[in-house]
Amino acid sequence: MAFLTAPTLAHYLILGAILFAISMAGIFLNRKNVIILLMAIELMLLAVNLNFISFSYYLGDMAGQVFVFFILTVAAAESAIGLAILVLLFRRVGSIDVDDLDKLKG
Amino acid sequence: MNFEAALFYFFAAILIFAALRVVTARNPVHAALWLVLAFFTAAAIWLLLRAEFLAIVLVLVYVGAVMVLFLFVVMMLDVNFDNLRQDFRSYIPVGATVGLLVLLEMTLVLVGGGLGKRTVAVVAQPSNTKALGRLLYVDYVYPFEIAAVILLVAIIAAIALTWRPRKDSRYQNPSEQVKVRRADRVRLIKMTAEKPDS
Repeated sequence: MAFLTAPTLAHYLILGAILFAISMAGIFLNRKNVIILLMAIELMLLAVNLNFISFSYYLGDMAGQVFVFFILTVAAAESAIGLAILVLLFRRVGSIDVDDLDKLKG
Repeated sequence: MNFEAALFYFFAAILIFAALRVVTARNPVHAALWLVLAFFTAAAIWLLLRAEFLAIVLVLVYVGAVMVLFLFVVMMLDVNFDNLRQDFRSYIPVGATVGLLVLLEMTLVLVGGGLGKRTVAVVAQPSNTKALGRLLYVDYVYPFEIAAVILLVAIIAAIALTWRPRKDSRYQNPSEQVKVRRADRVRLIKMTAEKPDS
């Protein structure tokens, strides 16, 4: 069976593409829920990291893994601040519905 | 059958299923737990790609810190989930279409672009951690320091945003105590003496 040989670069890249597409669809499906939106963004970052690491392995360049290191750092910082803003939002508005964020509406 | 291929397909299937359950779970706590499974499975796939250090860092940092933070926040917020899901069904056609389109486009680019021809033979490295450490501290030390500054900024921002002082804590404020003047504490009132009725 041809597809059961060792996975090539294309296998990993398609897996990353599937993850990215799932998280994009998730953002479309969960428009109202801010927490699931943040989780879908984490999934997107995971897909991109998988892409970087598979390129790093198959092209023999360690720079991909160094970049993943920095992506992990920035993603952790962004999650912390995003969740802090979410907590503040919940204290102020009382819900996590995106439609309730209309204070700036004219 | 190649063992590595079997492992790859096994982990890939679990990862895709967990990702689908993250975006379709009704309860955000369940979604967070499915995301934890997705991260563990991604770490296993990164081990297949010989990136041991980053796989362990993913488990320690992402699952151990970021997902725990997510779970704290999700369990702390008392949310009414019902009206958040009411539009879910109507968005399924659009969401699925967009997802499938993106997937199709990316697959066409990746498979048809001739990427397989440029791969080099995989060279055995001394040790993944050692190689990564050498790169980080020699070539990329400036971005490393900037990443540390970003983390510091994130700490300060998160605390500055959400910190509330306790309302019932009593404490001394020495500068206020020293600033007190006699007029704030003592007030002399002139009253006529009362004569006792005898």
